[in-house]
Amino acid sequence: MENDNRLLEMHGIVKTFPGVRALQNVDFFLNRGEIHALMGENGAGKSTLIKVLTGVYPKDGGTILLDGKAVAIHSPSDAQKLGISTVYQEITLCPNLTVAENMYIGRGKGSLTKWAKMNADANKILRKLDIPAVANMQLGNCSIAVQQMVAIARAVDMDAKVLILDEPTSSLDEQEVEKLFGLMRDLKALGVGIIFVTHFLDQVYEVCDKITVLRDGQLVGEYEIKDLPRVKLVAKMLGKEMDDLSDIKGESGTYEGDDTDLPVYEAQQLQSNAGIKPFDFYIRKGEVNGFTGLLGSGRSECVRTIFGADRVLPGKKNVNGKLVKIKDQIKMNGKRVKIKNPRSAMKNGIAYLPEDRKIDGIVGDLSVRDNIILALQVMKGFFKPFTKAQAYAFADEYIKKLNIKTASADTPVKSLSGGNQQKVILARWLLMNPQYLILDEPTRGIDVGTKVDIQKLVLELASGGMSITFISSETDEMLRTCSRLIVMRDRKVVGELSGDDLTQSMIMSTIAGGE
Amino acid sequence: MKEKKLKGGIFNRVSDTNLLFFITVVIFFLMYIGAVVFRGGGFSKPQTLFDILNSNAGLIIVALGLSVVMITGGIDISVGGVVGLVTMCCAVYLDKTPGGGNVYVSMLIAVGIGLAFGLVQGFLVAYCDIQPFIVTLAGMFFARGMTTIVHTKPFNVENSAFQKLKNTRIEIPGLGWYTKKGIYFPAYIEIGVVVALALVVILFIVLRYTKLGRAFYAVGGNKQSALMLGINVKRTKFLSHVICGVLAGIAGYVYFLNVGSGSVSHATGMEMNAIASAIIGGTMLTGGVGNIVGTLFGVLSLCTIQKIVASAGLGEAWWTGITIAAMLCLFLLIQSVVIRLKKRTLKV
Ligand SMILES: Nc1ncnc2c1ncn2[C@@H]1O[C@H](COP(=O)(O)OP(=O)(O)OP(=O)(O)O)[C@@H](O)[C@H]1O
Ligand SMILES: [Mg+2]
Repeated sequence: MENDNRLLEMHGIVKTFPGVRALQNVDFFLNRGEIHALMGENGAGKSTLIKVLTGVYPKDGGTILLDGKAVAIHSPSDAQKLGISTVYQEITLCPNLTVAENMYIGRGKGSLTKWAKMNADANKILRKLDIPAVANMQLGNCSIAVQQMVAIARAVDMDAKVLILDEPTSSLDEQEVEKLFGLMRDLKALGVGIIFVTHFLDQVYEVCDKITVLRDGQLVGEYEIKDLPRVKLVAKMLGKEMDDLSDIKGESGTYEGDDTDLPVYEAQQLQSNAGIKPFDFYIRKGEVNGFTGLLGSGRSECVRTIFGADRVLPGKKNVNGKLVKIKDQIKMNGKRVKIKNPRSAMKNGIAYLPEDRKIDGIVGDLSVRDNIILALQVMKGFFKPFTKAQAYAFADEYIKKLNIKTASADTPVKSLSGGNQQKVILARWLLMNPQYLILDEPTRGIDVGTKVDIQKLVLELASGGMSITFISSETDEMLRTCSRLIVMRDRKVVGELSGDDLTQSMIMSTIAGGE
Repeated sequence: MKEKKLKGGIFNRVSDTNLLFFITVVIFFLMYIGAVVFRGGGFSKPQTLFDILNSNAGLIIVALGLSVVMITGGIDISVGGVVGLVTMCCAVYLDKTPGGGNVYVSMLIAVGIGLAFGLVQGFLVAYCDIQPFIVTLAGMFFARGMTTIVHTKPFNVENSAFQKLKNTRIEIPGLGWYTKKGIYFPAYIEIGVVVALALVVILFIVLRYTKLGRAFYAVGGNKQSALMLGINVKRTKFLSHVICGVLAGIAGYVYFLNVGSGSVSHATGMEMNAIASAIIGGTMLTGGVGNIVGTLFGVLSLCTIQKIVASAGLGEAWWTGITIAAMLCLFLLIQSVVIRLKKRTLKV
């Protein structure tokens, strides 16, 4: 080889699924001590390429060379033995085992499990990486973010030659991402080759050295990071020019209400058992607002309370030094309503896309179309009634609108790429056509092109009179869509920004506690 | 600063497996103490507990094997049939071979039959990807059919070496009792109980301290994840059935030692009792959760309840059936409530 720094070579990889040519003659090269971004739209074939490399899927053609030698990898265990460690897009840990076991199972020699040593080692790593978990805790008891960190800890600890990270950052907050990047840089210095998949373009430019772009299962090209500025990268991924940072607020009209309109939803001293400080909140017809703050600041808990997903505690107010219960704590369109649980929220026309979509996410064996109309069918009567034919028509419309990449509308959802599955769930809630829609991280795991489409769609729905609360960990996304932002810190509302105050720096200073 | 505290306190630290195990043990002791208090007499004698062990050593062993399969996320309903077949084959061999059969050879026969079932069923489930329920259902019919082919009429086994083994009693000092006339009866257990308890210990160690044991849990928890974590899922499933089969063979022999006869009606419905015991013992049908010692307590709970029902003068079969049903419901209810409660407190 002309390049003895080459760690991994994949030549002419072909992989077909029934009806889908997921990879068509793709080449991929990785050097020692290099962080290599693998980019592409949802369904471009990134995860498939990775799974072919790690032996999850058998390949239909092509060769893989590691350190210049051809290798045959038939299972993830083979890959591990060859020094390839992987964090898959979907969390692939066992929820019934302890944190430590999840870090050590399936690797190492000998046939005994040495609990004491394993727990001690695991605790050391957990502490080093600052992961808020203990070795002997059952993994299923940890939050998704912690589980993701555990998966990363496992992969990092493996002394691998090749480290693969498939969208590891989608459920992590900024600090955790920084920590991960620190780790990646350390490993890079040790000569490890890292493959990094993400849809956060900023992150790519922060840590990566090279970019390989895939589109529709085909290789677009391999680029040095300095040769491919953001706009060009987006163009390469989408196959067309687009500025994903342009202002879109002005494009769609705004809803023309008059000021005497009562808020669609209004609440006083809302609080829940999830430890949120009481807060007041309202949203007008056709308004898009959002909760912002660091991950864990309580923004998700706020909307969960609004939707009744956590137990809502009665609000109290101070009248002449005495605490009395607020009678009309929650009002919708001026009328007092009781929202105690998700059911009653939905009855009142509120729909909610949860942040953690793995839990009640998708029904893998049902078709894309049936998954989209699932909520609509269950909630028959709560919202506008549709006939099945109409529902199908809507589903098909949203498949197009959200650019869901699927062989057909009847394909089972489980064979879609991770991002496209997210889109299916999003479509499900958008389709409900509620009065008030709450979207928690709707663009997580979704590619740049569609992200913009979703933002536009949100504005479009709002201009049609829907009220929408939008939460995203990407602040610029919120700035592009929301007309009012509620700022959270330490589970408390600390400010509200609108109009000219809607800037990155104002948000940051409000979060930090600046006046 | 962001809050990064561990939530849920003690609940958080306890795994589902240990939680369910704890519930089982507590309920068993409550039940037994209740029996001693309310039904008095017999239950306060240690021998009553030993008798339960003596007559159910086979069931314990079957339930152990079944637990392994259930923890791995499978099921084996052929175990009762295997026990029946083993009993019949050993009985025929020991009683009907000219010159009398050798006891040790009969043991080999027992283990051999169990192993054969385990290998074949394991292969079909793991490598041919057929539903375990279907494979072992077929296995059950096959075993029952074979039993009838081997011999139909019930008979007692007279083989002297076997009788000696069967009647071996291991006395336990200090726990005996005096009759009203002042005659001392020592407390005792049979050989089968020693085998069963030894297997409990061995399997406990295997499941807790070997990689294979943990692989059973991993595969039962999430097959796909286990594969991605580098576990050989097929082999793990295969081995769980092999272990279950071998244990069913051993259980067959222990059962045979207890009954000392051959009959096609032996061990009918045993698989259902074993499944019930495993569930009561805290093994979840969905896989990934279970405890071997819990299974032992599951069997004990089940048999104690039967004994209580019988001692209350409700000896008919349907009463036992109904109480077991009620007990299963109760356990499943408690399990699901506790697990749900736990999830609730953890929900952030
Ligand atoms: N198990 C499967 N069965 C059938 N088709 C599949 C399967 N896995 C993936 N595909 C198809 O292969 C294509 C590539 O999917 P892949 O998961 O590699 O996309 P991706 O680039 O990782 O996208 P994302 O950014 O959404 O994760 C998609 O069209 C998908 O529908
Ligand atoms: Mg993917």
